Amino acid sequence: MELAFDNNIPIYIQLLEYMKIYLISGVFKCGEKLPSVREFATTFKVNPNTMQKALAELESMNLIYTERTNGKYVTKDQTVIDKLKDEYAVTLAKSYYQGMKRIGLGKADSIKYLEGIDE
Amino acid sequence: MSNMKLLEIKKLNKNFDNKKILTDINLSISSGKIVGLLGKNGAGKSTLIKLINDLLTPSSGEILVNGKEIGVESKKVISYLPERTYLNKQMKVSEVIELFRDFYQDFDEEKAIRLLKDLDLDINQSLTKMSKGMQEKVQLVLVMSRKADLYILDEPLGGVDPATRDYILDTILSNFNENASVIISTHLISDIERILDEVIFIDKGKIVLQSDADKLRNKEKSSIDEIFRRMFKC
Repeated sequence: MELAFDNNIPIYIQLLEYMKIYLISGVFKCGEKLPSVREFATTFKVNPNTMQKALAELESMNLIYTERTNGKYVTKDQTVIDKLKDEYAVTLAKSYYQGMKRIGLGKADSIKYLEGIDE
Repeated sequence: MSNMKLLEIKKLNKNFDNKKILTDINLSISSGKIVGLLGKNGAGKSTLIKLINDLLTPSSGEILVNGKEIGVESKKVISYLPERTYLNKQMKVSEVIELFRDFYQDFDEEKAIRLLKDLDLDINQSLTKMSKGMQEKVQLVLVMSRKADLYILDEPLGGVDPATRDYILDTILSNFNENASVIISTHLISDIERILDEVIFIDKGKIVLQSDADKLRNKEKSSIDEIFRRMFKC
């Protein structure tokens, strides 16, 4: 899982985004034990301190928690993950709709184009 | 140890004859950081590094490692990759390993051999028979196979191909531990900036900026490379 980073944006923020997507998409499942900071850092090829910072941020958002001697786990509360997924979906939808508006298309057309996409 | 800095430099000046090479350098580095020492050619990076390694004498000022003046003790805890090799290139890799084992108590020979094996390197080959990139990898492996407090790498990326560059960055990342720090001097900023905790900009012998890398990106909304280019436009 080597990640691409944009050097113009703080690395920990990009790591945070990648981690959110892994949680939303179930790469790491509800209640599951997470790899250690060091394992994450090695896999993603990032500085362990930067990884630690991203994980601390996830923890402050209650998406993961630390069990004192055992390491870090994904929250057991599925509703927290669902809420994150919903927020993410809204952001993506807004961004799509903004793009469609820019080329002069309205909501009905936007939906029509979405329906026309082959899975 | 909690409050003590791994490296502390106070009011350091270095002149050669009457020329000022370094002027009023003040900086401190704590444990567990990867620090980029960034500056153009001739900015004073290598001079500063040689001073920290006790290879040059300051004109004035102090350099403290673990709270003590540099000297025999600091050499034991600093693992230094010089810009130009000091190794006799007629030596075989196995002989260089012996040299490191004899010189440094903290040298992990098994680790060095394992890392060299990962690189498909024949330790019975002499350095002269290897490409420049291979030689650089061998030296980096040896330097990173010491269990030091401070690793100082002077231009570790100079003149190597992108694949080797990636290998070098990975080796640095996977071999540094939270009790140690790494100082990497380079002018090739974009290749290395994603692994840095802190950056130090040096120009014309002076420290012009020391900052957390992500905080600086956030503040300036651009990459370290871009910020550096803007600041030091020729």
